[in-house]
Amino acid sequence: MATVATEDEKKKGIDWGGGNRPLGGVRYGKLMMWFFLLSDAFTFSALLISYGMIRFSHEAYNPNDSYYIEVTEGGYGINKDQHGPDNVIELTKRGDSTFTVTQKEFESRYDKRLQLAKDKLAQAKTEEEKEKIEMPKKGENYYSSQRYWPIPEKVFDAIPFFHGLKAPLVFVGIMTFILIMSSVTMVLAVEAGHRGDQADVEKWMLWTILGGFAFLGSQAWEWTHFIVGTDYGGALRVMGDGRNLGETIYGAGLAENQYGPVTFANLFFFITGFHGTHVLSGVIINIIIFYNASMGIYARKNDYEMVEKVGLYWHFVDLVWVFVFTFFYLV
Amino acid sequence: MADTHNATNGEIQKPNTKIIWKTFWILLALTALEFVIAFILPPSMFKVGLFIFLTIVKAFYIVAEFMHLGHEVKFLVWCIILPMIFVAWFILAMMMEGGSVFDLRI
Repeated sequence: MATVATEDEKKKGIDWGGGNRPLGGVRYGKLMMWFFLLSDAFTFSALLISYGMIRFSHEAYNPNDSYYIEVTEGGYGINKDQHGPDNVIELTKRGDSTFTVTQKEFESRYDKRLQLAKDKLAQAKTEEEKEKIEMPKKGENYYSSQRYWPIPEKVFDAIPFFHGLKAPLVFVGIMTFILIMSSVTMVLAVEAGHRGDQADVEKWMLWTILGGFAFLGSQAWEWTHFIVGTDYGGALRVMGDGRNLGETIYGAGLAENQYGPVTFANLFFFITGFHGTHVLSGVIINIIIFYNASMGIYARKNDYEMVEKVGLYWHFVDLVWVFVFTFFYLV
Repeated sequence: MADTHNATNGEIQKPNTKIIWKTFWILLALTALEFVIAFILPPSMFKVGLFIFLTIVKAFYIVAEFMHLGHEVKFLVWCIILPMIFVAWFILAMMMEGGSVFDLRI
């Protein structure tokens, strides 16, 4: 482990008496990148910790429970068109109050409807009558409301080019795969740098940049879909005429959103936006380093450590996404 | 070490990437497992704990292999790991705080 500065470094005057490999062998550039990443990790941890705390301070919707709900004239509101024509919001009345039904009750009601339809089908004699009988659609025992923290797999269930298809968490899975793949290609670029293979460095850096752009594009689509909202919208209670009125809102903004409490959208935009900014800056830095590598700057010095340092930043971005993905989309 | 290892005759060595791809497959398997768990288990604190545990395992592989920290000087390894252990406790503590806020809220 050399602690003596190389000729190049002595020329640049960065032999600080302690050689230029502190901690017994790590060069200053890499060391400083690690400490920068540690400080950035604190920032992201702070955001995710706030998310955790705010999320747990809200009620979570449990389909096995029965909740009191005001349906007429607003209240926390249930949008009956939620999740499209497939869903049938089940409600039950106890006295004057309306409640949602538990999952068991939901299932039994659907079974009864199905059985009725099957009986009718058995009784029908002509083909015409048979076609007129509609099979009941099942839907699900879930609705979004300002009161409950949304269930992520019910919010993020869209894919580009497939309008109306419900594919929970599929798109975010694709985004995670893209980012991890770009991390792998980055490691391969670093490994090629260790061998001094300029052509391979260029190749793998290009793939990494492509992956970065693909991720940014996907995130932009996710944001757009989140902001624009779904076909069915969400219900909101507003005060008007001295009464509680209901209103259907679409999409998510900073003041209100259809999926749940306002802080859900706020935190989503802030955390994924902050991460997306890091991805963007990482892509720009990768482009610069790719340009340097292809101009032969590192080959001339026979030192590809810059690729490694930039690789650390890119892996950090990927690591943060792994945590954001878990906390936002899975928990 | 970041110094480029060229063979003495100046030729470029063949790529040595087995560990990199092995780590990739491990990460893919862990993510797939997380997806399966997301849809099979009913919501509970156990499920949350399982997700966090799997994510920390993934983080370990990314930091140790992709970021090469596993092969660095031990002192640097501890410089990174120790503060993150405190952060992990911070996450746990604030999640419990959030639950307490929920319980006390009118």
